[in-house]
Amino acid sequence: MERIYMDYGASTPVDKEVIEEMMPYFDKFYGNPSSIHSFGREAFDAVEESRKKIADIICANEDEMVFTSGGTESDNLAIKGIAFRNKKKRGSKGTHIITSAIEHPGVLTTCKYMEKIGFNVKYLPVDKHGLIDIKELEDAISKDTFLITIMFANNEIGTIEPMEKIGKIAKEHDVIFHTDAVQAVGKVPIDVNKLNIDLLALSSHKIYGPKGAGALYVRNGVKLQTIVHGGGLEKGLRSSTYNTPGVVGLGKACELGKIRIKKDMVYLKNLRDMLIKDILKIEESYLNGHPEKRLVNNAHFRFTAIEGESLNLMLDGKGIAAATGSACSSKKLQASHVLLAIGLKPEEAHGSLRLTLGRMNTKEDVEYVVEVLPEIVQNLRNMSPLWNR
Amino acid sequence: MDEQYTEMVKDHFFNPRNVGEIKDADGVGTVGNPICGDVMTIYIKVKDEIIIDIKFKTFGCAAAIATSSILTGMAKGKMLDEALKITRDDVANELGGLPAIKLHCSNLAADALREAIKDYRKKNKR
Ligand SMILES: Cc1ncc(COP(=O)(O)O)c(C=O)c1O
Ligand SMILES: [Zn+2]
Repeated sequence: MERIYMDYGASTPVDKEVIEEMMPYFDKFYGNPSSIHSFGREAFDAVEESRKKIADIICANEDEMVFTSGGTESDNLAIKGIAFRNKKKRGSKGTHIITSAIEHPGVLTTCKYMEKIGFNVKYLPVDKHGLIDIKELEDAISKDTFLITIMFANNEIGTIEPMEKIGKIAKEHDVIFHTDAVQAVGKVPIDVNKLNIDLLALSSHKIYGPKGAGALYVRNGVKLQTIVHGGGLEKGLRSSTYNTPGVVGLGKACELGKIRIKKDMVYLKNLRDMLIKDILKIEESYLNGHPEKRLVNNAHFRFTAIEGESLNLMLDGKGIAAATGSACSSKKLQASHVLLAIGLKPEEAHGSLRLTLGRMNTKEDVEYVVEVLPEIVQNLRNMSPLWNR
Repeated sequence: MDEQYTEMVKDHFFNPRNVGEIKDADGVGTVGNPICGDVMTIYIKVKDEIIIDIKFKTFGCAAAIATSSILTGMAKGKMLDEALKITRDDVANELGGLPAIKLHCSNLAADALREAIKDYRKKNKR
């Protein structure tokens, strides 16, 4: 059976060019980049070359990038790093963090932990499209606020938050602004200076790079406390020997991302809009997220009276890989916090389906999905006690 | 590690037995799963204390659908008192096991059947 991957929001295949670029760094240039000998130097050069490329995709300077193991670690370093540093500096002040209710667990769980150890966190609600309210953000800022952490684009429903406005407010109030841009990089043009972003998390495996690599942008002058103590790499911010192949892969992925972003955006948006238009023809189907302010590759739906895990397994039976935010599919058996935050009832969140597109998807893929989906939805509805039509 | 669904679960999910409604059912039981939100309805036809027909409708995950399917097969042809003895473990075992996190789904099926039998007995008080 032919298989169709529409779960690029979860992870992406590594680009062939990226693999090619990485290969020599396993067995040819294997020196430790921190070593003084020629083996070390050639690895070091590759790491620094990559640093430039990664900085470039968000219009940052190369000396503002810290390598990490991925988006989650970058979020942790940003939030804990600034919080611990601030606490030391400002004593009892600097205790208040503002975030949103729809953050990825990398941010959300970290914020919950910060609360446990004595910080105060405000979780801004979002509207039915998943957007925060700028006025509410501004009102939430107090003299104790030292950090705003709001995601660039949501990983479930694809909503793109008003980065420019948030950045402006953060700057006006002299508050550090961190954003989890893991889903946005490569799909939204990003300029950290224009947007007044101080800290930005990105991840390699969402942009056709290898898993287990990522970076945190740290604006020059912004000081963090490390959370990984060790030999003192990355200006003491993140020790552990460089993952040279990973860093090189991330660098190449960013380079390609920067070159291809315009084309990717047009191509993906076209496929996405085809998906949305045709899938919404299904009776009692709805689009989740914002109609316009959404990632070019994200289409998120809900269908009355059916459950998402069943739907995904049925799709899998037809070779289609997708995702859902239903309670049954989660480890905690709770509906996705994002879907509840946009005001869906648990039973509405139950029937959710996320399709996230990528470079390798074709028009034929979309046609196949919109061809088989209606029948699957109907089959499940025929089985459902909540569907009496 | 997460356990995967067994082949048996997948078989009952992709080819569920006894799906549907019984319009003139003798007993109907509906239960909602307070844990994940699944809902299941079981319809029974009873003759001389024997379940002569049984059907289900389920709004839920693959485990919920598969447990409904297997349960209806297990209960069909049984005396009511025997059917009442079917436990969640029986349901899960019959499917060759369920992932730990999905064990609550087997509760749902056994409970829905009990509700249907209760409904029948209430309506047919002698
Ligand atoms: C918005 C967002 N943040 C963070 C992450 C975590 O990234 P990583 O898997 O690299 O830790 C993800 C990936 O699932 C994500 O979508
Ligand atoms: Zn379930």
